[in-house]
Amino acid sequence: MALSKRASDSDISMLATSASRYVRDSLPRYEMPENSIPKEAAYQIIHDELLLDFKPKLNLASFVTTLMEPECDKLIMESINKNYVDMDEYPVTTELHNRCVNMIARLFHTPLGKSEDAIGVGTVGSSEAIMLAGLAFKRKWQNKRKAEGKPFDKPNIVTGANVQVCWEKFARYFEVELKEVKVTEGYYVMDPAKAVEMVDENTICVAAILGSTYNGEFEDVKLLNDLLLEKNKQTGWDTPIHVDAASGGFIAPFIYPELEWDFRLPLVKSINVSGHKYGLVYAGIGWNIWRSKDDLPEELIFHIKYLGAEQSTFTLNFSKGSSQIIAQYYQLIRLGEEGYKNIMENCHENAMVLKEGLEKTGCFEILSKDDGVPVVAFSLKNKKGGHDEFEVSEMLRRYGWIVPAYPMPADAQHVIVLRVVIRAEFSRTLAERLVHDITAVLHELEKLPPKVNSESKEVHVNVEENGSSGVVSKRKSDLETQKEITTYWMNYVSAQKEIKRQKVMAS
Amino acid sequence: MVITTTIPDSGEHLNSTFASRYVRTPVPKYKMPANPIPKEAAYQIINDELMLDGTPRLNLASFVTTWMEPECEKLMMASINKNYVDMDEYPVTTELQNRCVNMIARLFNAPVGETDTAVGVGTVGSSEAIMLAGLAFKRKWQSKRKLEGKPYDKPNIVTGANVQVCWEKFARYFEVDLKEVKLSEGYYVMDPVKAVEMVDENTICVAAILGSTLTGEFENVKLLNELLTEKNKETGWDTPIHVDAASGGFIAPFIYPNLEWDFRLPLVKSINVSGHKYGLVYPGVGWVVWRTKEDLPEDLVFHINYLGSDQPTFTLNFSKGSSQIIAQYYQFVRLGFEGYKNVMENCLESARVLKEGIEKTGLFNILSKDDGVPLVAFSLKDSSKYDVFEISGSLRRFGWIVPAYTMPPNAEHIAVLRVVIREDFSRALAERLISDIEKVMKEMETHPIRVSTKTAHVTATIDETQDGDDGGKKHIKKSARETPEEIATYWRQLVARKRTGVC
Repeated sequence: MALSKRASDSDISMLATSASRYVRDSLPRYEMPENSIPKEAAYQIIHDELLLDFKPKLNLASFVTTLMEPECDKLIMESINKNYVDMDEYPVTTELHNRCVNMIARLFHTPLGKSEDAIGVGTVGSSEAIMLAGLAFKRKWQNKRKAEGKPFDKPNIVTGANVQVCWEKFARYFEVELKEVKVTEGYYVMDPAKAVEMVDENTICVAAILGSTYNGEFEDVKLLNDLLLEKNKQTGWDTPIHVDAASGGFIAPFIYPELEWDFRLPLVKSINVSGHKYGLVYAGIGWNIWRSKDDLPEELIFHIKYLGAEQSTFTLNFSKGSSQIIAQYYQLIRLGEEGYKNIMENCHENAMVLKEGLEKTGCFEILSKDDGVPVVAFSLKNKKGGHDEFEVSEMLRRYGWIVPAYPMPADAQHVIVLRVVIRAEFSRTLAERLVHDITAVLHELEKLPPKVNSESKEVHVNVEENGSSGVVSKRKSDLETQKEITTYWMNYVSAQKEIKRQKVMAS
Repeated sequence: MVITTTIPDSGEHLNSTFASRYVRTPVPKYKMPANPIPKEAAYQIINDELMLDGTPRLNLASFVTTWMEPECEKLMMASINKNYVDMDEYPVTTELQNRCVNMIARLFNAPVGETDTAVGVGTVGSSEAIMLAGLAFKRKWQSKRKLEGKPYDKPNIVTGANVQVCWEKFARYFEVDLKEVKLSEGYYVMDPVKAVEMVDENTICVAAILGSTLTGEFENVKLLNELLTEKNKETGWDTPIHVDAASGGFIAPFIYPNLEWDFRLPLVKSINVSGHKYGLVYPGVGWVVWRTKEDLPEDLVFHINYLGSDQPTFTLNFSKGSSQIIAQYYQFVRLGFEGYKNVMENCLESARVLKEGIEKTGLFNILSKDDGVPLVAFSLKDSSKYDVFEISGSLRRFGWIVPAYTMPPNAEHIAVLRVVIREDFSRALAERLISDIEKVMKEMETHPIRVSTKTAHVTATIDETQDGDDGGKKHIKKSARETPEEIATYWRQLVARKRTGVC
């Protein structure tokens, strides 16, 4: 006797994904599922969940590139299965990497002959680049101290308190002490004079930032160089400089070519730059360039041969995709110097449009400078009714914008800023729209009653290990936060009701 | 008076790329060009040069995945502009990473409750994963020694000499002494007994490999665990184990589920695995999982706030693409346990077919084991007439990239060829490779005379045949300097012969 087949057993490949059972099962979160599912279903389910991520292009918190030309996307996709580290198997890809290093080195005025190969490396980002640079300084310093017969167990590095977290990571992971020059209200970058004062015999290098994360400002590397030269003459310590040009490295050469910040200054021994910021490539690429061979100790370089031929490697990461390297080369030859200059000028122009729009509201103080990375950092002139920058940031999200709010570093942590990063794809239209939406948010805030709890929401800030120079952070308990939120909404709703009531009364 | 304007270059945008001037100018290599070029030209120029790269799928040197389904590629392309580190902006992507960590942790039998969040992180590869794991061990050990009031300036790590270079990097960059257990002929992995002997009070951990790079063999982690537990009882040092499961982590759970190598062994505190090897994802993702919170010192975890809200981060890299993380989740969901098992079984089958084909030539010794990572490592029974480096060079002519290298100390006299069987290495390709190896061996056997000394480089051999006086053909390999000379001599002789012979 033949058993009839139930309709639901019909060939799974015939069912549209939405008709199949796959959209009824919840996606696995903790344990790998037992069975396979069709690739269409896998694609659809994951794709749909990812719709709830915010749109990369409206993410104004990040410097990292979010748009590239389709031709470049094509190149990226075609090379996504090439493992960059296989230099023997992918010699052209390796060659492209070397060309990028050469081009960037010359952009930074590295003292090189016309066809001389520069010393540098492509990395996954400026974090890795900085760790490699720091390692090179540490090793050089240790070798020097050993040769002098002096102790070499307490290396330190001098930077501003405005450094990006990767410097703190470098310090903590590689056991180097971080001596931070505190910033002050109104002066949010590293003061060269104070930095040079802090230099001692254990300082492996002084790190200056070209394009501070907090407000985009360029630090005065030239002054630092001059002051440090003098100190080196007196002490004989020969302390070098590293420039963290993560953001500024692809801006200064095009917009401020006379600004001396790079290898034109003799004490600068290495520079890092993020390819994925103003290098105009998607996330995942950075570069570190050394002045000369002497600045990169040979013992840090590894030579391996089990991929087939001898290859030298000085990176923290080994296997990784080749796409971003190729994309960087594409950008360098596609745009050329003129193209990059045009783009940076556009960014700068749009930053000015945004800045002026904000100033016109009369409610904001601008903390970023006109010169520097195209960023607009602003804070509320007065926090009427206890409403602060964090609320502005929250409310802007409803319009689709992501504008982060955060406190400045020590000792100016009472200053809260909102920061908008102007990337290449942030057009004037978007700038004007943002101003419009910010104005709308301000009006909404005015209508809201003052906040019940006068404590503003504070975000956890780095706590130093020894706690002596640490920043005290106030972290709300979950219960307090919930109470805050419900109170806020209750007030909001009643305020809205009041507005409506008044409208009705008036009509 | 009207001044006529000169006619500009005929509409540049009308020229097809190969008709334009862009393919005539030399490609910029040292300095950024001053002017921009059209995007089509930029694409074409780069694409054309890249044609001369090796074909990823024929690269049998690498474990790293070279093929993924188009649906997955679509997801990857769509997320290529998402900066993974922006946890606040891309909460779903972050969530997918956490799910992957959870799944991998449970695959490795981490002692977590059903809905507990496992402790782990996605990295760019096993190199970063190992550095993070090593850092955690180093910091834990230092804290312990400080408490005991003992010196903590000479940490060391015990591994086999067969470790991948990232362990040596970790040791050198993070100033940890590397104590390597030497290999011996016939035993190409770390000997647990010797390893435990080398452990001293300064040892931060012992690192075992599940899937040695050189032969694919799994080290005996269970035995290591037992011996080390005993030693710890005597010494009280509490030395832990880390398992570098870069290749083996996505093989053992599916094919050898009864093999105890993971968190089932109490001394194993962290495990790393490469998502881009048998995790079946394109290059750029690795994972490290810790047993419990206690095994990851809190002071190594950073909290940042300038992307908008509090975000904890413990990775060496900061900004990076999200594509590979999403692709890893896709693979887990798409294949499931069953799918991965099928893929691995296929790989082992292809490896077996290849191994048998190579054995049948009668010219090779097989160094890889049947159990382990699906790869075939083989050496020549007799290297007097030609060596594996020459075979490797010859195979390139057929398009295959099969690397040849010498073993680490103390087995440096052994040189091997190694073929890695990846997911996309089908039986058809295996049979083709066997037939090409047979062809190459036939050539080698019949023209065995070797002139130059063996080099460690893989170079293409220049085939030259000369009619010798004895009528036989001689196969000679030349150095770069001798070649033009030989060629000139050859042609001179050929021309001379032509003059004397009968047409």
